[in-house]
Amino acid sequence: MANKISDETIEYVGILAKLELSGEEKANAKADMEKMLDYIDTLNELDTEGIEPMSHVFPVNNVFREDAASCIDGSEDTLANAPLKKENCFKVPKTIG
Amino acid sequence: MDIKSLTAVELGKKIRAKEISVAEAVKASLDQIERVEKDVHSFVSVDREGALKRAARVQEQIDDGRLTGPLAGVPAAIKDNICTKDMLTTCGSRMLENFKPTFTAEAVRNLEKAGAVVIGKTNMDEFAMGSTTETSYYGVTRNPWNLKHVPGGSSGGSCAAVAAEECPFALGSDTGGSIRQPSSFCGVVGIKPTYGTVSRYGLIAYGSSLDQIGPIAKDVTDCAAILEVIASHDPKDSTSIDRRSYVHAPVGKTCSGGKGEVCPAGYDFTGALTDDVAGMRIGIPKDYFGKGLDAEVREKILEAVRTLEERGAVVEEFDLRLVQYAIPAYYVIASAEASSNLSRFDGVKYGYRTEDYEGLHNMYKKTRSEGFGAEVKRRIMLGSFVLSSGYYDAYYLKALRTKALIKQEFDRAFGKYDVIIAPASPTTAPELGKSLSDPLKMYLGDIYTISVNLAGLPGISIPVGTDSKGLPVGMQIIGNCFEEKKIIRAAYTLEKTRSYERPGMINNLSERKEPAGSRTEKGDGFMKGGRA
Repeated sequence: MANKISDETIEYVGILAKLELSGEEKANAKADMEKMLDYIDTLNELDTEGIEPMSHVFPVNNVFREDAASCIDGSEDTLANAPLKKENCFKVPKTIG
Repeated sequence: MDIKSLTAVELGKKIRAKEISVAEAVKASLDQIERVEKDVHSFVSVDREGALKRAARVQEQIDDGRLTGPLAGVPAAIKDNICTKDMLTTCGSRMLENFKPTFTAEAVRNLEKAGAVVIGKTNMDEFAMGSTTETSYYGVTRNPWNLKHVPGGSSGGSCAAVAAEECPFALGSDTGGSIRQPSSFCGVVGIKPTYGTVSRYGLIAYGSSLDQIGPIAKDVTDCAAILEVIASHDPKDSTSIDRRSYVHAPVGKTCSGGKGEVCPAGYDFTGALTDDVAGMRIGIPKDYFGKGLDAEVREKILEAVRTLEERGAVVEEFDLRLVQYAIPAYYVIASAEASSNLSRFDGVKYGYRTEDYEGLHNMYKKTRSEGFGAEVKRRIMLGSFVLSSGYYDAYYLKALRTKALIKQEFDRAFGKYDVIIAPASPTTAPELGKSLSDPLKMYLGDIYTISVNLAGLPGISIPVGTDSKGLPVGMQIIGNCFEEKKIIRAAYTLEKTRSYERPGMINNLSERKEPAGSRTEKGDGFMKGGRA
């Protein structure tokens, strides 16, 4: 079964992935994805009826701890690598008009 | 004395015996880096001044008796996706070209507490996505055994650095084979521990349910000693496991921590360094030795298996089913997790931000499009697709169900065998520039390593000779969850029958005065007197 990815799908996945692809990159992405999905489709040969999806190999339990309040100002560290900052905040382009 | 050719444990012993100072050990590494880096390029950054300062501090602590462990004073290189405070951590990406973390990864903290001296950060495929270290934004790393070949990936810089004797040991990370495959290509030893054994705190995530940090060194003893230091139960990583208290079927019991109690899943990995495989049941999956495996690689591995058999191991072939489904399942799961994990790189909190943009969304998109390379974008796109509504069940959940079946297959196998032996890679290291044009073909090279990550198992790669091109062949020993000690014992026993092979290139590169290949003969015992 050959997968066909439409231009709209590549456009949509680009939005989800927050990537801006050039015309050439889009064409490549389409070809790559079709090829990968054809390959991934071999999984359909497997009968997985009734098999629970396994996200973690070991049973992972919630780890609880005391909800102890503490007062640590980590703002300097948090902002240390920010490309732009202003008055102890990350600076980003205006988002609301 | 040729300091750079010592193993980490040998060097540590000499440092504690005051035969070598920490500064001398660090300088030996820095000198070798100076000599070979222009050819090999294992490192993204080297912190000369910092390393020498740290060396002085560690020396004081050794002298006053505060540091007594096997790695005290030993130089270490760290893969560049593992955070080191105030030291550049690029992940091999333009996205993080200026990123200096404000904290240190738990595994590195454990190393530093034990007195290891971090000297630099090693090259890698961008965000650990790749099998050749060719996708790094900072240029390719070359295989010290033959500079026309790749070192493997994604921990190619770490493995090349150890093989080229630029440092006695390194840390790598393994999501689908990224420690074991480059270890095999570079003729060094690498361990991918059971998932949850080493804290992922400070490891920049690729596929969170698969990623593990592990040691890379010249021999099994080093790897066991390093793993013993870096493994810990860390509350900062919610998937970190306290191995001593973990109830798991094949191990069968938990440990109370009582004196003299033998804890099969415990952290005392060096205790497993015994030269004995008598009665050990070894399974050889037939499907791993069939079509697609290079004939010379097959021969070298089967030769090593026969050696273990001669030492008393019980070897049997068996059918490990579902082998062909591991790669497609892996690429769905790893890409899905990557697309989510890498959404944090948006030009706001750290790393690269595009110069010209109009509004927030345009800034996100341009930043990511300029900051990520082709392979990373390819996986983010695939991951976003398989997680998107309408495809989630058909691809993502299907892959997770396949993962469950693969785990069952391994459970079945470990009901019969103590360890499984497999190749680490179908071939030896390919030439530079030959892999990236066909990603799917490159992905197929991960066939023997990937299912180990899906099932959370531990695996070790150890060198078992070279092919007719003079490139190393690596053999993988896979254990059941928490049974590192069995793979360490098998690997150690095999290693005892061989002598370490040093890349001939290194002599030519580093000591051009010496006649080429003067110290590369097998079994001359120049490095490991007692092993041959």
